Amino acid sequence: MVKTVVSTALPIGERVVIQKNRITPEGGERPGMKRLCLCTGTHGDELEGQYVCYLLADRIQKNLRCLKGVVDIYPALNPLGIDTITRGIPMFDLDMNRIFPGNNVGPMAEFVAGRIIEDIKGADCCVDVHASNVFLREVPQVRINEKTEQTLVPLARRLNVDYIWVHANATVLESTLAYSLNDAGVPTLVVEMGIGLRLTPAYCEQLADGLIALMAELGLWDGEVPAVKKPVESRDGEVHYCNAEQPGIFVPAVAHGCQLRKGQHIGDVLSPLTGRVAESILSPCDGWLFTLREYPVCYAGSLLARVLGGADA
Amino acid sequence: MIRDILYTLDSPYRAPLEITGFRFGKGEKTVAIVGAIRGNEVQQLYICSQLISKLRALEAKGAITSDNEILVVPSACPYSMNIGKRFWAVDNTDINRMFPGYDRGETTQRIADGLFQHVRGYSYGIQFASFYMPGDFIPHVRMMETGFQSTSLANLFGLPYVLVRHPRPYDTTTLNYNWQMNQTNAFSVYTNQTDRIDEVSAKQAVDAVLRFLSRIGVVRYHCHNGFLASVIDEDQLYSITAPDGGIYRGICHPGDEVTRGDLLGEILDPYTGDVRAPVVSPTEGIVFFGYAQPLVMEHAILYRIIRRLHG
Repeated sequence: MVKTVVSTALPIGERVVIQKNRITPEGGERPGMKRLCLCTGTHGDELEGQYVCYLLADRIQKNLRCLKGVVDIYPALNPLGIDTITRGIPMFDLDMNRIFPGNNVGPMAEFVAGRIIEDIKGADCCVDVHASNVFLREVPQVRINEKTEQTLVPLARRLNVDYIWVHANATVLESTLAYSLNDAGVPTLVVEMGIGLRLTPAYCEQLADGLIALMAELGLWDGEVPAVKKPVESRDGEVHYCNAEQPGIFVPAVAHGCQLRKGQHIGDVLSPLTGRVAESILSPCDGWLFTLREYPVCYAGSLLARVLGGADA
Repeated sequence: MIRDILYTLDSPYRAPLEITGFRFGKGEKTVAIVGAIRGNEVQQLYICSQLISKLRALEAKGAITSDNEILVVPSACPYSMNIGKRFWAVDNTDINRMFPGYDRGETTQRIADGLFQHVRGYSYGIQFASFYMPGDFIPHVRMMETGFQSTSLANLFGLPYVLVRHPRPYDTTTLNYNWQMNQTNAFSVYTNQTDRIDEVSAKQAVDAVLRFLSRIGVVRYHCHNGFLASVIDEDQLYSITAPDGGIYRGICHPGDEVTRGDLLGEILDPYTGDVRAPVVSPTEGIVFFGYAQPLVMEHAILYRIIRRLHG
């Protein structure tokens, strides 16, 4: 059943409406039932989660007898952003994923953020799906703040992702949806996969399998459970960053997700004007290329690749 | 006056980004002043230009006291200003959410670092800032509550209000916050415009900074005393939000005194012009912030009122 989570008036004859699809078992919802929330679309330029929402709803609805709890699917936490190909909320300065847990007073974006948190509170688990950005392609991964490592890593292992990255806490990240929900007692996993403004169907299928496995783990599903991958797990210190030092266009020489040897050629930053190689990018270590730049134009500082040292995925 | 290029970033398709600084006096790093960090902060750029003009004249007549250096950086983002974008146009990131910066990080982290390396280490830091919500303020000095803030120093600007903000997580990457974390007394000076020039409040800001510089003994400058500031806690401001969306007609403005029941504004039906919702003051006080856009969404903050408390 499609429900309205929060609705607020826009200036001229329209309301912005954040909706969820509540899927309940054949016998209906009962007190004490477990609840999983799948949310996505906080950043309007990240679309991979849209297909994941469809796939999960479709799988559950085709096997509704296997559902033993409640699943809430929130496909668009920032519907205006998705509709306008805008990462943030149009006409609002702050990143929507930096204003949680929101505010009952306002402005509109913070009011909406507060209502989203209230709606999800009490769930047994939440999965927040992101899609990198328009610049970088990522393998399916779960990113976990070290403060919540003990609770979340066992759940993340069920999600059928390639990689679990436990990262250090940063104050600025204390205003994300995931941080706020974890703080409110809802174990929340952040998935990053694919690339902005596009769908990667294979990754979406992979995560949908993982969501079914997670539901089984949580006692929400007693149907067939897909086999899940054993993810690579790491902490910050093992991740190496390759940033451009020169402006130009980046042309990769290797495939995303490949294994690299230290010193192996990852790609070049080229000058279209002079026809020269401005910079050659070499792997800083033996490892796994889990992030690779897709958008070619770069400045000094543009992230080109991340390599997980020593990993064999 | 010494004009320096503080930071340069090469571009694939444009002339290099240059952040320009203007130094006055010499000796101890006393005051750093930063204008526009966002591309639409035209008023903030203008204020710096007027301040540089004044400081140049003061320096020429020997009115900058010995062993004090003042650095003014009018714009950290000429690239965005030149193309009418508020943020870094390539990835829409906000340089004022990237401090203290990182010289090996992403592009805007490098720009923030490039600026911060030059403006850190001063005893005082002044930023002409703009807010993340559209609207007008009473000119005031804003500071983060970090344990290092000094409201008595903020009083030296002689503006009517000093506002103390409890930092939220997203504030921890602003210039003001990081200045304070690096033992610089940091002040953000807000006037009532951002993307348009308001001569009156720009002059008020220039006068406030010169008054501050005079009172800390950095310049010899005669000016009127300004105000004895009221110090207010941002959390104590009373927020009035829009009860509906529509065309907004503001009636009261920053600085106005209001009493309970006063009509502050109206939200009109955008098609018929009928009053859809009156905006009425629930309290007595002074308007500190007023929304200033013709269209409004429900829940937008229309006013922030400094409540008058009766003893």
